Amino acid sequence: MSSADATDLKPGSRWRSAVCDSEVIVVRAPAAPVLLCIGGAPALAAGGDRSAPGAADPALTGGTLLGKRYADEESGLELLCTRSGAGTITVAGRPATIMSPRKLPASD
Amino acid sequence: MNIALLLEMAADGAGDRVAVGSRSGGTRYPELLRLARNTAGRLALQQGERAALLDGNSPAVPLLLFGAALAGRQFAPVSYRLASTQLRAVLGRLAPGVLVPGMHAVLPRPLPDGLTVWRRSQLLAAAHRSADGGMLSQADPDDVAVLLFTSGTSGEPKAAVLRHRQLVAYIIGSVEFLAADPGEATLVSVPPYHVAGISAILSSVYAGRRIVQLEAFDAESWVRLANDERVTHAMVVPTMLTRIVDYLVASGERIPSLRHLSYGGGQMPARTIETALELLPRVDFVNAYGLTETSSTIALLDPADHRTFASSDDPAERRRLGSVGRPLPTVQIEIRDPDGASVRPGVFGEVFVRGEQVAGEYLDGSRRKRDGWFATRDGGYLDEAGYLFLHGRLDDVIVRGGENLSPGEIEDVLLAHPAVRDVAVIGLPDAEWGEQVVAVVVPADGAPADGPALQHWVRDRLRSSRTPSRVEFVPALPYNETGKLLRRRLRDQFSGPG
Repeated sequence: MSSADATDLKPGSRWRSAVCDSEVIVVRAPAAPVLLCIGGAPALAAGGDRSAPGAADPALTGGTLLGKRYADEESGLELLCTRSGAGTITVAGRPATIMSPRKLPASD
Repeated sequence: MNIALLLEMAADGAGDRVAVGSRSGGTRYPELLRLARNTAGRLALQQGERAALLDGNSPAVPLLLFGAALAGRQFAPVSYRLASTQLRAVLGRLAPGVLVPGMHAVLPRPLPDGLTVWRRSQLLAAAHRSADGGMLSQADPDDVAVLLFTSGTSGEPKAAVLRHRQLVAYIIGSVEFLAADPGEATLVSVPPYHVAGISAILSSVYAGRRIVQLEAFDAESWVRLANDERVTHAMVVPTMLTRIVDYLVASGERIPSLRHLSYGGGQMPARTIETALELLPRVDFVNAYGLTETSSTIALLDPADHRTFASSDDPAERRRLGSVGRPLPTVQIEIRDPDGASVRPGVFGEVFVRGEQVAGEYLDGSRRKRDGWFATRDGGYLDEAGYLFLHGRLDDVIVRGGENLSPGEIEDVLLAHPAVRDVAVIGLPDAEWGEQVVAVVVPADGAPADGPALQHWVRDRLRSSRTPSRVEFVPALPYNETGKLLRRRLRDQFSGPG
């Protein structure tokens, strides 16, 4: 993959799908640049122009869930879904896995 | 990454839940977001980057906290109990900006230049009146979200800086989104100028747990509100729990809805927690350790630990009931000696902490080391199983004849004596030893003021160098309103010839 295909996934940066309603925020940056897609299309920087959405790849419609954390073990990327959508998150073509819930008791 | 994101997500994912207030008439998440946006719209028109609050808990707190975040302003809650000269100095450091005083706040005259005063009632009325301005999150992750003046028990208050990315990292790293059951409610009685007052709002919003606010703490009001609002969760500082326990014992009242009680912010007398465990047998207890400079909790002793250790016959396990538990998974804790070297389990030293939530910064600059570690100035040790034991502030350490003595260790021993209700151990100047160990004791009800018996008790359990050379008896110890013992005041009081 050329670096031109990679997304600049800084911690705290926010991204949205080009083809569904999904939005994510970067919790942990990847060790090296990777391409982030949602619904098969490269993710776009949040807040940019809402161009006419394309269609999600029918093979990548597992959906995202608000408040769930997604990880790609190989790159180290960790994301938080800030808006649900129909597309599946993929990192360099690999579907991101949903992380297990935090089990800490309330402390404040 | 902005703390307002937490509220935006809750409004999106739990639109039907009450965020703040009573079960019937409270404000739901989408409405709270609308009010915060309206507040942001008004703040954005004002000069200065600060949104200061001089008030107890009220619906204005979340509006100003999230409103400031949405407007790219810094939320600065200030203690309304500060003496007027100190208050004037603090407000002077916050200008220019907006100042929201509560109904009972007394403003210094003249007020420092550059502060625009909005009364709490004005703020609330205007937030409800405006149409939704649809403000976007403006703050950058690196921007300052909150300024908190640390308690300053040993000097002038310092303004601790908490940035958006640190607070968001703390919440995302420790709270699962909307994990609260719909019936859960948390009672916030710690004031908004305490870090736990801020983190309680952020974590409850993200967990989807209704917030019930007590404007200012007293035990009877706390118990009544908990029962009226069927409160399930609460966080208290040690002095609050001691008073709640006393009130429950005296009144015979109970809190049947309460399931979860976390405590922190100071050393909890063992007898208070033991009585609380007896009075509230169905409640899960959590002991949390954190600092303003670490965005709240960095270690905790969870409910399973409380149950295991309270019923254990193994002395090492029982001792852990007096620990603050283990570090959060997102945080590293290390104990270091005065040369900065990491020490083995069981060895006393300074508590160092590292993690994304650790700010370690004041208005005059960062105190974090280049590699991210922050020196807490708390003394303590980790045991073999990784449980953290605290022994007070390093600045309170007594140096007697070249030996460093921890007041907390001696206080723990004295608190176990049946004639002792409360105790502070301080170091006072001594011609021979440099410092001498002095115990200031509040006797238990009806107990004799028997200094030699207490000296004997300590000598039997600790080395003789740790035995108080003087025991003073007082009716009460001086605490600030968030439960911090004011040792400096005791040192001043007793430093005359004894």
